[in-house]
Amino acid sequence: MDFQVVILAGGFSSNLVPLVSKEVPKALLPVANRPVLSYVLDLLESNNLKDLIVVVEGEDAALKVGGWISSACVDRLHVEVAAVAENVGTAGALRAIAHHLTAKDILIVSGDIVSDIPPGAVAATHRRHDAAVTVMLCAQPVSGPSESGGSGGKDKTKKPACDDIIGLDSLKQFLLYIAKGAEIKKDTRVKKSILCAAGKIEIRSDLMDSHIYAFKRSVLQEVLDQKPAFRSLKEDVLPYLVRTQLRSEIFSDQNNVEENGNGNGKNNMQNNEVVLSQILSNASLPSFHQVYESGLDSRKTNKCCVYIADESKFFVRLNSIQAFMDVNRDVIGDANHLSGYSFSAHHNIVHPSAELGSKTTVGPHCMLGEGSQVGDKCSVKRSVIGRHCRIGSNVKIVNSVVMDHATIGDGCSIQGSVICSNAQLQERVTLRDCQVEAGYVVCAGSEQKGETFARK
Amino acid sequence: MGAQKKPAVARVRDDSEDLTRQRLQAIVLADSFTTQFRPITLERPKVLLPLVNIPMIDYTLAWLESAGIEDIFVFCCVHSSQVIDYLEKSEWYSRSNPNLLVRTIVSPKSTSVGDALRYIYEQQTETSQIQGDFVLVSGDTVSNMPLADLIQEHRDRKKKDEKAIMTMVIKKQSRLGLGSDQLFIAVDPLTKQLVRYEEGNARIGDVCLDKSLLDSTVLLCNDMQDCYIDICSPEVLSLFEDNFDYQHLRRHFVNGLLVDDIMGYKIFTHEIQSSFYATRIENLRSYDMVSKNIIQRWTYPFVPDINFSGKCSLMLGRQGIYRASDAVQSRSADIGASTVIGYGTRIGNGGKIFNSVIGNGCSIGSNVVIQGSYIWNNVTIEDGCEIRNAIVCDGVKIRAGAVLQPGVVLSFNVVVGRDFVVPTYSKVSLLQQPTTEDSDEEMEYAGSSSGTADLLSGVHNLQIESKASELGPDGTGYIWEVCDSAHDEEWKHSVVPIPMDKLADITRAMDDDDIEDESVVPPAGELKSDTDSINTDANDDYGYFEREVEETFLMAIIKDDVDHVIRLINSRRFAYNMASADCAGAVFYSMMRLAVNTPHNSASELYRNATTIITKWKGLLGFYLKQIDEQIEVIMKFEEMCEESEELGPLFAQIVHFLYDKDVVQEGAILRWGEEKAGADECDKVYLNQCEAFIQWLKEASEEEEEEEDS
Repeated sequence: MDFQVVILAGGFSSNLVPLVSKEVPKALLPVANRPVLSYVLDLLESNNLKDLIVVVEGEDAALKVGGWISSACVDRLHVEVAAVAENVGTAGALRAIAHHLTAKDILIVSGDIVSDIPPGAVAATHRRHDAAVTVMLCAQPVSGPSESGGSGGKDKTKKPACDDIIGLDSLKQFLLYIAKGAEIKKDTRVKKSILCAAGKIEIRSDLMDSHIYAFKRSVLQEVLDQKPAFRSLKEDVLPYLVRTQLRSEIFSDQNNVEENGNGNGKNNMQNNEVVLSQILSNASLPSFHQVYESGLDSRKTNKCCVYIADESKFFVRLNSIQAFMDVNRDVIGDANHLSGYSFSAHHNIVHPSAELGSKTTVGPHCMLGEGSQVGDKCSVKRSVIGRHCRIGSNVKIVNSVVMDHATIGDGCSIQGSVICSNAQLQERVTLRDCQVEAGYVVCAGSEQKGETFARK
Repeated sequence: MGAQKKPAVARVRDDSEDLTRQRLQAIVLADSFTTQFRPITLERPKVLLPLVNIPMIDYTLAWLESAGIEDIFVFCCVHSSQVIDYLEKSEWYSRSNPNLLVRTIVSPKSTSVGDALRYIYEQQTETSQIQGDFVLVSGDTVSNMPLADLIQEHRDRKKKDEKAIMTMVIKKQSRLGLGSDQLFIAVDPLTKQLVRYEEGNARIGDVCLDKSLLDSTVLLCNDMQDCYIDICSPEVLSLFEDNFDYQHLRRHFVNGLLVDDIMGYKIFTHEIQSSFYATRIENLRSYDMVSKNIIQRWTYPFVPDINFSGKCSLMLGRQGIYRASDAVQSRSADIGASTVIGYGTRIGNGGKIFNSVIGNGCSIGSNVVIQGSYIWNNVTIEDGCEIRNAIVCDGVKIRAGAVLQPGVVLSFNVVVGRDFVVPTYSKVSLLQQPTTEDSDEEMEYAGSSSGTADLLSGVHNLQIESKASELGPDGTGYIWEVCDSAHDEEWKHSVVPIPMDKLADITRAMDDDDIEDESVVPPAGELKSDTDSINTDANDDYGYFEREVEETFLMAIIKDDVDHVIRLINSRRFAYNMASADCAGAVFYSMMRLAVNTPHNSASELYRNATTIITKWKGLLGFYLKQIDEQIEVIMKFEEMCEESEELGPLFAQIVHFLYDKDVVQEGAILRWGEEKAGADECDKVYLNQCEAFIQWLKEASEEEEEEEDS
């Protein structure tokens, strides 16, 4: 397959402070004790996409990510790590690595995805329609994360902000409209020319953009070159392409025809593909791009297609602290097929080298990493505990993530919190919905709720 | 609550009892209230124009009868005597079917659908003819769809939801097919509730959807056609009564209901299967289209060879040729496919007729070519004429060798001179074109109805001598001038197929739209709605809008009812297509005007006036000032006003502060306004400087708050 895969792994995302730090860029945040990037790599590998470019913001972060990749999967995958300047945006990152891109089509995957939706299917859809861009959509989580109790309510208030509003044709093949819900103040405007050509547009808010895109390289580079102001793929490039999808010729014909030399031959081939695509998609009605092409004049359009993932598939983007908690819980809970571990009869994973004190219980949907020690009379529920952690006696850990090498003193109670690596909680600390930065020491006996502990 | 509930329950029971004895009723509007069929409609009402040799209204009535409607009210206004005459002579009154009762309602003064329905409502209070849900159609509807199930569906829905007062029939259509405007509708795909209805010429630009609609899936359609068949509940009539400014059924009523969120009435759509036919004849193009569909038997059983209206039927031959038994035709005449030839018509040697409808009693000479045309009754066409894509009304004489170019309409009794060529798209009538062309199409009949009869009597004698030359030396009739604006549209509505170059134009227009759009695309983060660009050409409208809001507001003060004002203002807002921010601005403007106009002696008194008004109407302002943008708009508006009025100027800061105290304007809005203004010219900053202390205070206060939170 002539596909190049670009993974946009980001850098030190400000949303995730204090979880990320100079030591741990976003791509290496642990999800069930594995870097989140490894989930993306596994997903791509399982779809036989092994030629990857990982784009990281910032040199330091790139070194860290590169180091991990070479140690983890150098033998299985062919991975290039490219560093780009910080805060250039997704479009800027692609512009910076444009010289690396040579394949006909580019698959762009966000590096913070934990999912089991096959990117190969997106690539296939893209090829079948000969599309300029294909976007993977997945169902918007209906009522926030499942059974998260108290944090669920908090989550609901956040959700509408990241709503995507998506317009599809009647066969759900083409993307005719896309907007971010947050940007729409009073009303949304759908172009009439596209509506006239399509006949019907279904405007839905129950789908979201999953940040997996397949682009035709020529189109992508054309847009990046011509629109230097575009910073974000999702917010600039994609809406632009969707808006102008009926009019590709105007800005790309001169270059394309010359570039390809045999313009006519290529067009014929594309027409065949179009017919084929129609048969494949089992559509009795002609899809609207064809109607448009055949009906008014014979010009080429930039097709914007979609692949809608099955609702049963799991999909989470790790882009907030809440999402980090959710994804850790889900990967060892409901979506445990993603974790790659085999679960015990108690639906939990306790590494054989971990030591448990007497009368200590580790409930279902828990994970205890290699070499960790837990004292007496402790209770661990729905939590992930990293490697070589030292946990005292009479400790209660619920709905939390404890990263590697953390130390938790006797009598602590931790609920809904994240304890980063090397952090230390002294005796009788009670935390609820808190985040503790890596290496931070929380004094004995402190009781906190909803706080962030970080050195400034 | 409990007290309210009981009557509702009782009413439901009434309804179910009613169902057993309620007759199915329909209102047929025997007037389209448009000018599309001029000049023909000056002399004969549209519903009596022959459609494949049978008056249109017969199709409508026959369909309603077959669909099980028991009471039909035919509403006539212009040419009402002709309609009543026709109905009396035809079998509709004396039908053997005992279940069908056709009655007429006459109101010559009505000039719009709104007037008509209001008139019916007034009658209603005396006679209570309309007992329940009714079907509202126009007398030019051709359909064969069943209605009983649809009415039942409507009633069931009504029973569940009191607010579901109308069901609208829609149908898949072919693009550009009927020459009508583009229709953009938005429907909830599950409930089929209509959420947006937009008609317009433009194939470019944007369709706006309100944000509140986006919570659920919305289906936006352009490939649907409105059949203008509505199942209405009695509330529809009373709504027209309440809203005296509703004229147009779609533009005002439907859109009014969709915008109005206070009453919460709902309109639902029903898409009919493609096997049924339902179309309204809106213009000449749809006349042409429907005629062809009838010949091709899409409207079965309402086709020429079935006697559905009490007239003799025609015989169907090969290739869709319908011929009357007594039509006389020369052997050498060539009758092509899809042609209808009426009774007593004679066709001479060597003619070529195809794709056309020829009425009764016509005489057609030798070597005549007729293509794609509609020749009505008693027309004389002499030898060697050529007629393409034309409509020729009753009693017309076309002398030898004359040519009608595509798109010509010859009204009643016109005579075309020997060898005269009638240019393309011309409309010819014995009547002079009304000189005072009223641009408001709703008003079209108002002037003409009374004058027509007199005109007609005088016209014949006068015409022949004075104006004969317009159609050749031996011709009679005026060629109507096409006003400039309509000229561009002519191709769209006429019976001529759309020329290729027009199609190309449409495509080009779309491209232009795209190019324009490109320049508008803002970079990331600054993605604004396009309202700014649109507002520039809406500036004039805004002035009117503001004035109307002010009037509404002043009127409302007497009534003292916030909901009522909101309702009225929303109807204005819809009529001028204004955003909520505009309303906010206009409402605030009205308030300040009121304050200034209230007698006062000193600045402090003025301030007191202003504060009492604001306090009193806080709720109204609050309704429009939900978002920061709207609040900023109000501040800006106020600033504008202060510039104009010297009295208000010094009070600016005080009043803004007062608005803040009353929670009408939030601190965020004031701060944003301050930031926006910070970059302006010095002369623009007068009021900003006035407010400086206040803004400073706000900033400090908010910082303090933050600090408190931090610690």
